[in-house]
Amino acid sequence: MLLQQLVNGITLGAVYTLIALSFSLVMGILSILNLAIGELFMLGGYLGFAVIAGHMSLAVALLAGMLGAAIVSMVIEKVAYEPLRNTPLITPMLSTLGFSIILQNVVTNVWGSDPLQLPSSLFDRRFTFGSVNIGLMQMVVIGVAIVLVAAVAFLIQKTPAGRALRAVAENRDVARLLGVSAGRITLLAFALSGALAGAAGVLIGLHYAAITPYVGVDTGLKAIAVMVIGGATRRWGALLAGPLIGIAEVLTVAYGGSQERDLVVYGLMILILLVRPQGLLGGARTDVGQRV
Amino acid sequence: MISTYDAGLLADVGILLLGALSVYVILATGQLSLGNAGFMGVGAYVASFLTVEMHWPVTVALLAAALVSSIVGVIIAFPALRLRGIYLAMATLGFGEMVRSFLLGFDRLGGSGGYRGMQQVSLGYIWAWAGGILLLILMLERSRLWLEMRAVHDDETAAGLVGLNTTLTKIGAFGFGAAVAAIAGGLFAHQYVYIEPGNFGFERSIDFVLAVILGGSTVGLGALIGSALLVFLPEWLRFLADWRLAAFGTLLILVLLTRPQGVVDRALLAKLALRRAKAP
Amino acid sequence: MTTGSDKPLLRLSGVSKSFGGIRALSDVSLTIGHNRIVGVIGPNGAGKTTLFNVITGAYRASAGELTLDDEPITQWPSYRIVRAGIARTFQNIRLFAGMTVWEHLLVAQPHQGAFVRRFLPARWADPAAATRAEEALVLFGLQNYRDSIARTLPYGVQRKVEMARALTASPKLLLLDEPVAGMNHEEATELRHLLLRLNERGLSILLIEHDMAFVMNLCQDVYVLDFGAIIAQGTPTEIRTNPVVLDAYLGSEAAC
Repeated sequence: MLLQQLVNGITLGAVYTLIALSFSLVMGILSILNLAIGELFMLGGYLGFAVIAGHMSLAVALLAGMLGAAIVSMVIEKVAYEPLRNTPLITPMLSTLGFSIILQNVVTNVWGSDPLQLPSSLFDRRFTFGSVNIGLMQMVVIGVAIVLVAAVAFLIQKTPAGRALRAVAENRDVARLLGVSAGRITLLAFALSGALAGAAGVLIGLHYAAITPYVGVDTGLKAIAVMVIGGATRRWGALLAGPLIGIAEVLTVAYGGSQERDLVVYGLMILILLVRPQGLLGGARTDVGQRV
Repeated sequence: MISTYDAGLLADVGILLLGALSVYVILATGQLSLGNAGFMGVGAYVASFLTVEMHWPVTVALLAAALVSSIVGVIIAFPALRLRGIYLAMATLGFGEMVRSFLLGFDRLGGSGGYRGMQQVSLGYIWAWAGGILLLILMLERSRLWLEMRAVHDDETAAGLVGLNTTLTKIGAFGFGAAVAAIAGGLFAHQYVYIEPGNFGFERSIDFVLAVILGGSTVGLGALIGSALLVFLPEWLRFLADWRLAAFGTLLILVLLTRPQGVVDRALLAKLALRRAKAP
Repeated sequence: MTTGSDKPLLRLSGVSKSFGGIRALSDVSLTIGHNRIVGVIGPNGAGKTTLFNVITGAYRASAGELTLDDEPITQWPSYRIVRAGIARTFQNIRLFAGMTVWEHLLVAQPHQGAFVRRFLPARWADPAAATRAEEALVLFGLQNYRDSIARTLPYGVQRKVEMARALTASPKLLLLDEPVAGMNHEEATELRHLLLRLNERGLSILLIEHDMAFVMNLCQDVYVLDFGAIIAQGTPTEIRTNPVVLDAYLGSEAAC
């Protein structure tokens, strides 16, 4: 039974990891929360659904979700962030909020506010290993998440673009002196961030075989908690924190009650902020804290 | 004679105004709080419990709720001292979600089923509170204390080094902001006579912040303008039917792009005051 | 080190400050008497600004003691130390960006009177405060900038505001961090005269400066800091000819 919960927790955690990474890509270089990420996640889910409903493969669904979300994310960077670069952080944050409102309204109008359902026969195969029962979809979610995280890791560590991204995250002004175009890098970060959120949306939508326009907010907020717990300034904190929180949440619901679940997640987040604000995997304490 | 519907809208403005002011007061010391709906929730449930089960008069219940909430605010403010900027904002966000989650599980006061039984108060009563607190804050803005708050906002380290007790200032702001948000909650409960934890979540906290930033984050009057805008804009956009929310989002982005400091700021108010002084 | 007659205003005994493995200050002992003008010089990175930060409570000393008028201030928070009589200016100016010059001159003043009066409009809270602010305006020639917002001010004016603000805190000891950096000869002389006037009125001054001529012309006592430790102290003349000091400077780029 416990093992089963662990698997469920890791599946949920995989999705959290993707969204937390999405937040932290933007947070790392701009110190702002892109409040539209929840809706990009939701958009990805809907695009994935549309593809599957059109009888195309999972791979195409993923692509559609990631691409669609990435494009919208780049629009958000150009319109909501770029012109407001030099204003107090809260202003571009609220601007991204404006986008999230628009996105949710558009999706609701195009697809309706009732939950969309997938024919449940799709990825229903389950495998049994001893006392553990894993669905095919769960394996897909975890597998795709691992691949995506590895891809992002490769991009950031090994490619020139990734190096530039790290440089800007480290120190924007110095990076500019070294010839890095902070504007292009920011656009890249937003695009990647969108792609990850979109992928997460496709995965979770297919996992639950249902989606509504309102999945964005709640999951988005939890993903912020995951990012903080893992360490907002160190990208890979999300890798550890995602499954951790996913498991914590699943266990709380199984053995505690579904009401307590949010208390646990946000309680952990606040605890980390107080005791170790740089996060579990974070670096120096001084990484933390710029004026809003 | 205004319709019940319009009266409801005006009540919403008053309640939102108080919520916005609660964010404004805390923001004035340089702290962004994304969780004031949590304080509102505390206020709403405490006030409701006191009027429904303890049969206290509303006004006393509101004051008690404000007191309880301000104590919570002060408790929150201590650990908040260690955090800055976006990290503080995220911590307050977490606090707000924790309150909502706690209320969901607190079956003694209804849990997810909500709480009911309150008597409705009049529009005039709501605005007596909203207007009164707004006036109080407008007066405070001219005080020596507010000058100190602005110094802490602009450069906390320098403020300490000109002899200001920044700790006391920041904690005091949280306590006061929490109290004001609690009044908003108590009034909300006695306007809608039914409350549930979902009323006090992140969307509500963001509404407060939105009102302040849109209306003008450097002056108290901004909260009033922002609250009116947030309540009435969706109404004026009704003709857009299903697309009015998207229109609202677009308008929000447009305003932020063209006037990021909000509708009113000190410079504008000074100009208006000058013009009025010059007029015969 | 200071004249034996008055007891010292500020005394540091064996003060050290470490950041992780780095020792920024090593066993620093110095005394500043009432009404003295003291200079601290030393190569870049010697720990001068750290010294200021420890004195004003921005950093807590890792070891040693500080007393102000015989009152131990080692553990005190910044604001308390300032209220007790130490004010400072900053190397990179730290004004309150959104506040006017007038507001700067009001806010730094110690609040006289009951706590409750704080809630009243500035005018009624402390009428004497306006007078003091006016005096500071005139002393620094800032009348034309009274209602200008700090972030719009030209650099030279900002520096004056910084100093004026420090003075409105009614300090017994004023810490100046590189006050003449970027000033031309006229401005530096103007400042020197101002500081002498303030000193006559009873203010003690401790300043960090790289401009040797300024230090030697103004200070009565000079301490030399290198690698966080005091390597020499004395009158300007004594310091100028001290071989240890010359050695420390010739070893770095900041030669006199």
